[in-house]
Amino acid sequence: MSIFHAMILAPLIYALFVPFFYRSFNRRLHTGWFVIAVPLILFIYLLQYIPKVLKGNTLYETVSWIPSLGIDFTVAIDGFSLLFGLLITGMGALVVLYSIYYLSKEKEEALHNFYVYLLLFMGAMLGVVFSDHLLVLYVFWELTSIASFLLIAYWYERKASRKGALKALLITVTGGFFMLAGIILLAMMGDSYSIRELIAQKSVLMTHPYFIPSMVLLLIGAFTKSAQFPFSIWLPDAMEAPTPVSAYLHSATMVKAGIYLVARFSPLFGGTGLWFWLVSVVGLITLLYGSWTAIKQTDLKALLAYSTVSQLGLVMSLLGVGSLAFYYEEGPLFTIFATALFAAIFHLFNHSVFKGSLFMVVGIIDLGTGTRDIRRISGLLQLMPVTFTVAVISGFSMAGLPPFGGFLSKEMFFQSMVDVSDLQEFGLGQWGVLFPVFAWIASVFTFVYSMILIFKTFTGKFQPQKLNRPVHEMPFGMLVSPVLLAFLVIAVFFFPNILSKWILQPSLYSIIPAAKQTRIGDIQIWHGLTPAFLMTVGVILVGFTLYKMLDKWLRIYRVFPQKLTLNGLYDWSLSTYEAQSRKITNRYMTGSLRHYLLYILSFLILTVTIALIRNGRVQLAMENFHAIGVLDVVIFIGIVLAALTILITNNRITAILALSVVGYLVVMLFVIFRAPDLALTQMVVETVTTVLFLLCFYHLPKLGKRMEPLKFKWTNGIIAVLTGFLVTIFTILAYNHKRFMPITSFFENSYELAGGKNIVNTILVDFRGFDTMLEISVLVIAGLGVYSLIRLKLRERDTDEV
Amino acid sequence: MKSNDVILHTLTKVAIFVIFTFAIDLFLSGHHEPGGGFIGGLAIASGIVLFYLSFGSERVSKNLPLNFIKVAASGVAIAVLTGMIGLLSGDPFLTHRIYEVDLLIFGPTEITTALLFDTGVALAVVGTAVHIILTISEDRE
Repeated sequence: MSIFHAMILAPLIYALFVPFFYRSFNRRLHTGWFVIAVPLILFIYLLQYIPKVLKGNTLYETVSWIPSLGIDFTVAIDGFSLLFGLLITGMGALVVLYSIYYLSKEKEEALHNFYVYLLLFMGAMLGVVFSDHLLVLYVFWELTSIASFLLIAYWYERKASRKGALKALLITVTGGFFMLAGIILLAMMGDSYSIRELIAQKSVLMTHPYFIPSMVLLLIGAFTKSAQFPFSIWLPDAMEAPTPVSAYLHSATMVKAGIYLVARFSPLFGGTGLWFWLVSVVGLITLLYGSWTAIKQTDLKALLAYSTVSQLGLVMSLLGVGSLAFYYEEGPLFTIFATALFAAIFHLFNHSVFKGSLFMVVGIIDLGTGTRDIRRISGLLQLMPVTFTVAVISGFSMAGLPPFGGFLSKEMFFQSMVDVSDLQEFGLGQWGVLFPVFAWIASVFTFVYSMILIFKTFTGKFQPQKLNRPVHEMPFGMLVSPVLLAFLVIAVFFFPNILSKWILQPSLYSIIPAAKQTRIGDIQIWHGLTPAFLMTVGVILVGFTLYKMLDKWLRIYRVFPQKLTLNGLYDWSLSTYEAQSRKITNRYMTGSLRHYLLYILSFLILTVTIALIRNGRVQLAMENFHAIGVLDVVIFIGIVLAALTILITNNRITAILALSVVGYLVVMLFVIFRAPDLALTQMVVETVTTVLFLLCFYHLPKLGKRMEPLKFKWTNGIIAVLTGFLVTIFTILAYNHKRFMPITSFFENSYELAGGKNIVNTILVDFRGFDTMLEISVLVIAGLGVYSLIRLKLRERDTDEV
Repeated sequence: MKSNDVILHTLTKVAIFVIFTFAIDLFLSGHHEPGGGFIGGLAIASGIVLFYLSFGSERVSKNLPLNFIKVAASGVAIAVLTGMIGLLSGDPFLTHRIYEVDLLIFGPTEITTALLFDTGVALAVVGTAVHIILTISEDRE
């Protein structure tokens, strides 16, 4: 267990203590103050790794987790995962600080839940980016989905919150399943779950028939998580979450997990035509779709959500274009495409910064005015000057204007798109020209919605009659985080190479080590009248015109069908799915325990019979068996008689007693065969169950006096006889078989191995301790189930009476 | 579960000691002789159930103010945490250790982490069993 592991798991462990802090201190001090230490310490801790991975090297720390399955919790720290680690912890600290002012400690009832989920997410996300083992990565990946679900549904009394949470969960987890299938295929091909080991075998894997399927499956996982078209519909609905969550999960970190995965696997899949086309085209479509849809939004958060979708598409398309660097491996073309990869990383960073601060700005507006509706807000400039400044800085950065960080990465994006249009390979031909065209159009839209966001809300005439409350600037503490991020946006523009040298270049090297020989990553603010710069100028001119004429052309959106949407498809498929599965389930789930027992037993008979027949060699050797004595026969007859009594009696008490007679007679058998442990256990269990039965039967109606004789049910009879017959055969077979290595030696040496002379107990607590642990967990869960079922019924009855 | 059976009351007061003593003996001797956490736990549970049967839940709850679902949960927690002991020293999860301790009156005694694990098992069994029986029995009004 290294310190680094402890650091990754720290948020998860710390989350356990949050409810305690909440309960003890919340009246005096906001719970967030206790939580903020975690991301802050982690951030500082991670900073010291920057020099260690500067040259593109990777540090490893391994802890074996499930050694028998070869699953190790291997942490791999390289430039790229460190960039994510810093984003997660840095943004995490800022978001927690912001949330302290956003979520009031008096009004919120479940503040501790919020921070527990947030820490859960933080730990899971750190796990995703630092794991080298794919299954471990997958576990953390799904954990981020679950944390996101819980956070979106934080205000779960709202219907929209629950719906949005469910949508996000369904889409991302389904994508996760696809990814899991891809991971398993990869492991089958390369006989390893380690990302680095798989990449090392690239040349072998490429010719494997599973190569393409695993690629597509992994991409589906990445696309769902990063809200790429057509899976993007969950992200706008996720905006029901409290704004700090939107700023943190749904713009800065979690939605970038898909980007992370694609970048991580670029060395393996990059250079193939399919990967290039899928990633770049899906990215471009998402970019265009997101920016186009963002313009028509009237809810500020929805606008930002679509903007996030679009920006994620931008980064994705850059990764697609950049993947060609793995094809060329050297020369000028390599430099061009590796630069696209660099631009992807750069823009990813920029986006986290400006989008995080924009979300915080919207949160401030929401809290200050009581609405996020763009039609009701205007002229906030005088009332919220600081917020306005932050909005301008971050919004212009998003639009790609100087002197803000977004300008630099946007220019690189344009340059890459222009470069790829010159290429003739991969069937690009005359299609290549579409790349810069798509990019440019989408950027115009991006410019337009950025302007809407800034100027519709802050300029114009302030109309207090549309708002329900007086508006004022927010307290200082709430402004700290967005202002810090805004400073960062400007700093990135003026000193891009500091960022590049310490963080971005190491990230690039960890994805594509060959880039070390080039000068990629020396960012120049001014590089002449390049096509990219001209495109930016065009964006500003056209975008500004479009923004001014917005009222005239916004009608276009009505042309598009209102019902035939992706959301409609989602709703339709969900309701159809539910209706169909209910229909099928109702057909066999009759609610009668007898039926269920029949299913279970006939299935058992079927499978065991098939297995026995296919195996062929059924030898029933009985020579080693214990001789049958008189006592055994007497007990046996007793058991049969007692069992028959249960069947024919009219009295429940008699039936219960007869059942316990069966049990106690079995105890006698155990005693005869010298199994004191079993006898003791059976006896106590029998006692407790009898009490339980008596209690349960108290609630049941009396057995009616059956006038007609009991009808003999043939199917039940056959199944009962067959089951008994099979169990007998199976017991005899199990006694004789020599198929697997006998485990007797463990038991014979139990004293040396486990320090106990009682074999049964050493099995329970030591050899099979894991089983026991899970068994008692199940036991307790069952107890909780009984409790909640009965309590629920009681409460319903109470409300009925009222 | 309330009755005024004098014979049952008197008998219970005596029997309860026998049952509990036997249960604890079963539990402690588990490692070498027949017994262990599961049986011990069940025996204790049946003793507690006998208590409830003869004295009624109100009176017992006053004298034995325990939330049995918490008992069960703490049992599982103990079992899981015992498993962590192995992890701390780098061994796999649930590796047990054995210590020889000289307890003054009882002489040299083996103390194992397995005993701790078994305590967890016993608590989980007692908690769940009593809890289920109580929940069902209270559901009668």
